[in-house]
Amino acid sequence: MRCLIIAEHDGQNLNTATARAVAAASQLGVEAIDVAVLAHGGQALAEQAAILEGVSQVLLLDREENAHPLAAVLAPQIAALAEGYSHLFMPSTTFGKDVLPRVAALMGLPQISDLMTVKGPHHFERPVYAGNAIIELQCPPEQPVLATVRTASFKPVGTGDAAPIETRALEIDLPGHTRFVALEADAGDRPDLQSAERVVSGGRGLGSEENFRLVEQLADKLHAAVGASRAAVDAGYAPNDLQVGQTGKIIAPELYIALGISGAIQHLTGIKDAGTIVAINKDPDAPIFEVADLGLVGDLFEIVPQLLEKLD
Amino acid sequence: MKILVALKRVVDYNVRIQVKPDGSGVAVEGAKMSINPFDEIALEEALRLKEADKAEEVIVVSIGPEAAQQQLRTGLAMGADRAILVQSDEAVSPLHAARILHTLVQAEQPGLVLLGKQAIDDDSNQTGQMLAALWGRPQATFASKVALEGETATVTREVDAGLETIAVDLPAVITSDLRLNEPRFVKLPDIMKAKRKPLDIRPLEELGVTPPPACQIVRWRAPEPRQAGHKVETVDELLTALKERGVL
Amino acid sequence: MSEREQMQFQTLIVGAGPAGLACAIRLKQLDPEQEICVIEKAAVPGGHTLSGAVIEPGPLDALLPHWREQYPGICVPAQRDEFRLLNARGSRKLPLPPGMKNHGNFIVSLGNLVAWMAEQAEALGVELFPGFPGSEVLFDESGQRVTGVRIGDMGLNADGSPGPNYTEGMDLLAETTIFAEGCRGHLGKQLIRHFRLDADSQPQTYGIGMKELWQLPEQRLEAGHILHTIGWPLPGDTYGGSFVYALDDNRLAIGFVVGLDYADPCLEPFELFQQFKHHPEIRPLLEGGEILSTGARALVEGGWQSLPRMDMPGALLIGDDAGTLNVPKIKGTHMAMQSGMLAAEHLHEQQQTTGYHQRFLASAAGKELHRVRNIRPGFHKGLWPGMANAALETLLGGRTPWTLHNHADHEQLHPLAGQPCNTQHPARSLPPRDRLASVYFAATEHEESQPVHLKVADTELCINQCREQYANPCTRFCPAGVYEMVEDEQGLRLQINAANCVHCKTCDIKDPYQNIHWTAPEGGSGPNYQNL
Repeated sequence: MRCLIIAEHDGQNLNTATARAVAAASQLGVEAIDVAVLAHGGQALAEQAAILEGVSQVLLLDREENAHPLAAVLAPQIAALAEGYSHLFMPSTTFGKDVLPRVAALMGLPQISDLMTVKGPHHFERPVYAGNAIIELQCPPEQPVLATVRTASFKPVGTGDAAPIETRALEIDLPGHTRFVALEADAGDRPDLQSAERVVSGGRGLGSEENFRLVEQLADKLHAAVGASRAAVDAGYAPNDLQVGQTGKIIAPELYIALGISGAIQHLTGIKDAGTIVAINKDPDAPIFEVADLGLVGDLFEIVPQLLEKLD
Repeated sequence: MKILVALKRVVDYNVRIQVKPDGSGVAVEGAKMSINPFDEIALEEALRLKEADKAEEVIVVSIGPEAAQQQLRTGLAMGADRAILVQSDEAVSPLHAARILHTLVQAEQPGLVLLGKQAIDDDSNQTGQMLAALWGRPQATFASKVALEGETATVTREVDAGLETIAVDLPAVITSDLRLNEPRFVKLPDIMKAKRKPLDIRPLEELGVTPPPACQIVRWRAPEPRQAGHKVETVDELLTALKERGVL
Repeated sequence: MSEREQMQFQTLIVGAGPAGLACAIRLKQLDPEQEICVIEKAAVPGGHTLSGAVIEPGPLDALLPHWREQYPGICVPAQRDEFRLLNARGSRKLPLPPGMKNHGNFIVSLGNLVAWMAEQAEALGVELFPGFPGSEVLFDESGQRVTGVRIGDMGLNADGSPGPNYTEGMDLLAETTIFAEGCRGHLGKQLIRHFRLDADSQPQTYGIGMKELWQLPEQRLEAGHILHTIGWPLPGDTYGGSFVYALDDNRLAIGFVVGLDYADPCLEPFELFQQFKHHPEIRPLLEGGEILSTGARALVEGGWQSLPRMDMPGALLIGDDAGTLNVPKIKGTHMAMQSGMLAAEHLHEQQQTTGYHQRFLASAAGKELHRVRNIRPGFHKGLWPGMANAALETLLGGRTPWTLHNHADHEQLHPLAGQPCNTQHPARSLPPRDRLASVYFAATEHEESQPVHLKVADTELCINQCREQYANPCTRFCPAGVYEMVEDEQGLRLQINAANCVHCKTCDIKDPYQNIHWTAPEGGSGPNYQNL
C-alpha cells in the first residue's frame, strides 16, 4: 500500500496543511508516502516537501499551467499520478476541497471529506452535521481511498532527511476553459474572524464599548481576530458581525482567548473545535472554565494590561 | 440560457443534532426540514441572473424522498420556473448525486449549474466538483460573486488565501458560499402560484444511473465533549503554559 | 403609505394548532369547495406546539377516524395512572381524581400530532402557510367588524426601517376570520379588548408549563405510565404540579406547571421545575439520561367563568385563544378540537358567527367545562382548601349552586416585604444548568437584526417602581432568561434578550404593570420544538 499526498503551496512556500496530511498518512501503515508538487518553477517547493518526516519520495510536476491552483487543470494530472496508489490524500482546505472531488469523479471513486481519525488503512472517522456527529466509515479494501484530511485533527510532521525528488512529465492535454484572473489577499489590519488562527473575544465583563478596546489591543498584540459574545453585542460593546456562537460565527482557531465571557452553551457551540481555549473571568463558577484548557480567575482589567506588557 | 439549480432537503440548521443511542444515525423524527442553506443561496443567484435577463429559465432539481417536493415547491415559490424530483428514499452519495445530475444536465443542456458548496448534513463539499468533472466543464467553487458576460462567467471565490477571481467558459458549474447573497423571503401569493408550476417526479431507478462504489457507515457517535483543563494563578504561568502548548 | 397587497378567502384561520386545524379540516369536510387559508407563525406546523400531552381521542376519532391506523408520530396508549403528593424527602399516594383516569387515552407529542393534522388539512385542499404570523387584526371602516389579518413584515432592520430584503406583509381578507392562536394569542388579546368580549366574564387566569423530553437508559421506564404530582417544591399557597409521562424508546416527557396567580414576586418557576427533578424519587429516573428537547408555554386556567364571548362580527375565538382547557383533567387538546369542529359546523349551518358562543356553552365541551368550573379557583386559597373543595365539586359533579371567582394573575403579586429575593438555590446536578442552557434545547432562533418583538412600554418603570416593589419579577418568571437587569457603565437598564424567547407569553400575562406586550416576531422565528 502506498499513499500519495498532493502538496498545497502558494508558489513559494508549502502550506503546513501538507505536513498535517503527511501526519495522517503516517498512521495508515503504508509502505511509502509520496508527495506530489504541482507547480510552475517548483524545485524549491519540492525540496521543502522532501524533508517532511516520513516522506519517501517527491514527485514534481513542473508545468506553466500549474502556476495557479485550478481544479480543472490539476485534476487530470493528479488522476494520472494516482495510478497504482492505495491512498490519495489532500488537505481539507479550500484547495483540497476544490480539487480532490474532481479527481475522484474522474477516477470513478468515492471521496471521504474531512478525515479526522485513522482507525485502519480502510477504516476512518469523519465529522458530519457541522461536527455534531461523527461517522465511522469502512471502505472497500480493493479500491483506492481518496480523502481530504481535516487539518485540525493532525499535528504537522517535523522535518528530517531529504527524500529523493523525481521530476515527472505527463502527456496530458489540459483544458483552457478555466483561467486564473487575480488573487486578493485578506485586506485589513486584523485577520478575518472566520479563518483567523488566533481570536480574542470579549463579553459582558468588559462593561462598556470603551473598555472593549482592551480586547482589540490584546488581539492586535497577538495578530488575532476580534470576537464577541452575544451579551457584549446586545449591550452594544461590539458590532453584530463579531458575534461568536450558535447564532453568530462558528470558528475553530488554534488559540481562543475569552475575556469576561461567562460561556453560555450558545457561545460554546461556536468554539467547540478551537485548539486551545483560554478563559479570563472573575467568576470562578463561570461555565467557560468547564471547557477552557487554561483558566485564570481574576479581574480582566488588571490581567489584560499585564498580558499586554509582558507580550511586548 | 437555462440555469439548473440543485436543492437538497436537509435537517434545518436550527435543529439540534442528536445521535441515536444505538449509533445507527441521527434522530431526525419530527425535525424541521429545509432547503440546504447554501443551495438556497445558489437558487437566489440563479433568480437574480434571470431577473437581470442573463437567463431565460431556472430549473430546480432535488434528489430525495417524496417529501423533498416541499423544498422544490419552496424553490418554485422563490421564483424557479419548474422542478424535477429524482425520487429516492435512500440517501445517495455525492458521486452518485453527481452522476444523476449529469444525466439531467445532458437532457436539459443548461448553460450554468448552480448549487451550494456543501450540504449541511453530510458536509461533503463534493457534488458540484464531481458534476463538473463528469460533464468535462469548468468549476468555480466557494463563489462569493458571479458576473456573467457573454460566454464567460467571472467568479470571485472565497479561498483560504483570500479572494481569488477566475474566469470560466460556459457552460460551467458554480458552487455558492455564504456571502454570495441573502436569499429573498417567499411571498404568500407566490406559494400559491408555485402549486401550479410543473414538478416532474422521476423514480431514480428509471434514470439508469449506476450507483458508484461507496464506503459504508459502520457507526455514528456523538463528538467527545471538551474537558476542563486547569487553572493558572498568574499571568506569567498563563504565558508559560501557552508557550508550552506551542500556541504563542 | 402605499396600499398593501391583498388576498381574499372565504375563511381565514390564524394558528395551525389543534383548534385551528380541526376547524379547517371540518370546514373542508362539510364543504370541499370552500377556500380556507390557515396561517401559522412557526416555520413548520407543530414547531411552536408544546403540551404534556395525554389526550382524549374522542374528537380525533370523530374528525379523522383513520388516525389510529395512520398517525406516525409519538403515540403511547395510557397504561397506569399515578397521583402523588410530594414532600422534600418522599411522597404519598393520593386517590386518583376521576378526571385524571386516563384509560383509553394516549400520550402523544402534540407537536407531532399537529404536524400530521396539517398534512391531512392540506390533503383536503386547505391552503396552509407556516412561517406567516398575523401582526394585526383588520377591521372594516366602522371598526365593528373583523375583515381579516395583516401579515407581519419581513426583513426589517432593528430600528424598524426596511432592510435590503424587506418584504411587506400583505393583508389577508376573509368573510370569517377564526382566531386559534392558543393561550394568550396576541391578536385574540387585541380582539377581547376591542370588542370587550370579556365584559361578562371573569378575568382569565393562566399557568406556565415547562417541559423536557429525555432519552433514558434502557429498562428504566414502563411505557404508558402516567405520573402526576402536587406539593413540593411548590409553596403551599401556589397552585401547580408536575407531569411525568413514560413514552416508547426509553423516552420520558417530564414537565412542571405553576399557576401564574402566585403571590411571591421572588418565585422562579423554572427553578421550581429544576428542583422538582431533583426530588429523591424523580432524580434516579433521570440520572444518566440526556435531554432531547425543552420548551415552555403558558396555558389557560380560567375555565368556564373566564371564557370571553367567542363570537363577534366577522370573527370567532376558538380553543385556548378563548380558553377552553379543562384544568382538573389537565387537558386542552380535545376541548380545543371540539371548539374548532363546532365552529366549522356552526359557520356551515348558520353562515354567520352570531350564536357560536351559546352553541359552544350548550355543547358537550361547554358542559364539561361548566362541571369543573369551581375546582381550579378553589386552589386560590392554597393546596388543602383546594383539595377539599375539589373533592366536594367532584362529588356533586359541579352541581354546586355557586361559581367561584377568578382573579387577574398580574394583580396577585405581593410587594416585596423589605428583603431582597434570595437568589441562592439549592445545588443541582441534572442538566440544564440554567435557563440559557435550557433554551439551547428549544432550538429557538430569531433573526438578530429584526426589531425586538417584546415591547416594553415604559423602561423607566422597570428601573424605578418595579425594581423597588417587586425586584423585577420578569427576570425570574421568564423561563427563557429573556429579561435581565444589567448594570454597567451606562447605568442600570433592562436588557431584553429577545432572541431567547420561546413564545410562551408568560411576560405578557404576569408583568404586574402590564408593561410588556408580546408581539409576533418575523415569520418562522421562535423555538423549533422537536417531539414536544
